Amino acid sequence: MELQRSMVDGSVCMKDSAKSEISSERTLYPYVTGTSIIGMKYKDGVILASDTAGSYGSTLRYKSVERIKQVGDHTLIGASGEISDFQEIMRYLDELILYDKMWDDGNSLGPKEVHNYLNRIMYNRRNKFNPLWNSLVLGGVKKGQKYLGTVNMIGTHYEDDHLATGFGNHLARPILRSEWREDLTFEEAVKLIEKCLLVLLYRDRSSINKFQIAKITDEGTTIFPPYALKTFWGFSHFQNPSKGAAGTW
Amino acid sequence: MALRGDWMYENNGGTCVAIAGIDYCVVAADTRLSVGYNILTRDHSKICSLADKVVLASSGFQGDIRALHKNLAARHLLYQHQHNKQMSCPAMGQLLSNTLYYKRFFPYYAFNVLGGLDNEGKGCVFTYDAVGSYERVGYSTQGSGSSLIMPVLDNQLKSPSPLLLPARDAVTPLSETEAVDLVKDVFASATERDIYTGDKLEIVVINASGIKREYLELRKD
Repeated sequence: MELQRSMVDGSVCMKDSAKSEISSERTLYPYVTGTSIIGMKYKDGVILASDTAGSYGSTLRYKSVERIKQVGDHTLIGASGEISDFQEIMRYLDELILYDKMWDDGNSLGPKEVHNYLNRIMYNRRNKFNPLWNSLVLGGVKKGQKYLGTVNMIGTHYEDDHLATGFGNHLARPILRSEWREDLTFEEAVKLIEKCLLVLLYRDRSSINKFQIAKITDEGTTIFPPYALKTFWGFSHFQNPSKGAAGTW
Repeated sequence: MALRGDWMYENNGGTCVAIAGIDYCVVAADTRLSVGYNILTRDHSKICSLADKVVLASSGFQGDIRALHKNLAARHLLYQHQHNKQMSCPAMGQLLSNTLYYKRFFPYYAFNVLGGLDNEGKGCVFTYDAVGSYERVGYSTQGSGSSLIMPVLDNQLKSPSPLLLPARDAVTPLSETEAVDLVKDVFASATERDIYTGDKLEIVVINASGIKREYLELRKD
């Protein structure tokens, strides 16, 4: 048994001279994944929402995954995609905030700065063919300035008044484009977000009926405890489903 | 999945145009960011002001474009510290070409048009491919709508052949307002037929008095 360096990517592995084997130390595909994140600005700040599911392919393995976390005083981050890569990103960001706090100079990193740092991390990992398999939404307020941005695993990033990842892009964004306004109150914003979350619950296979909403304003951050939405299944088509079918199915 | 080579690029669409005039340069790009059949955002600038007299517009993969713009901006800052002056447009033109070719075997998926004023104050446009091949021209367009726009510019601006002797000026005799109007017209046309072009047009005009920015709403469908 000896150590050998791969010619493909420089990774090191143990090699038995009897059989040839090259191990790979990069992300190949995601394993435990989170589905959409929805984010939007409202009058006093920014709201992020997600469900709390961690899927292992088509199995609903984890049902209490917190996919929205706080980063420093001014930022919230929501992640979809590989959960372990999100945990790695939190380690990077917590370290960034820690070093910033250690300066103890009265300055603190705002959401723009955190987003920029995160963009560079995601892009540089993509350049090394070892991506962090996530799509992230970053929202925050600093000195009255609201900020909402997103970045994905290959480094594409942009800001907008409302954002979503994954299925949310297809199902929630059209609703937001039609009904979002600059001056939504918190209650109105929650209603709008719940409308989007409900559509995702009905139509996204990997979402569950357990949601978390988080808000951030100049006053501070609140991540609310998980709760469920009321669903309606009383459509006539669902009553008596085998009515017209003679036989077994 | 990550071992295959195509996941790390995506085309975020968009079109860029630049026209060189006698004492001005117009650089314009739409502000739509798309992926496949989705619009990600309608208000994302593709234009980067690199120096006093140099403006870069790029279309392609947004991650690479942003990294390229940051790279050039940092190099320009270094240049200013070392030479105590701004970079000229031809100098930035060469730097961009070298930067692109540096990543010849893992390219920046960025199609660039560089516009500005040269050392004599005349309009200056350079057009690039993704790996740094470039030439100075009187006008150019890159991006998803370029094949729709280029023939119109060829027709309206009638650039003389670079093979003629004595060498004829490639810059257009049109006035600044006429050139800006032409840009607005070609983008309105490209928006009709190219799904990746639309939402808003950002027009930047560089002349002796500095850099001026203007916006025009485009069709959002």
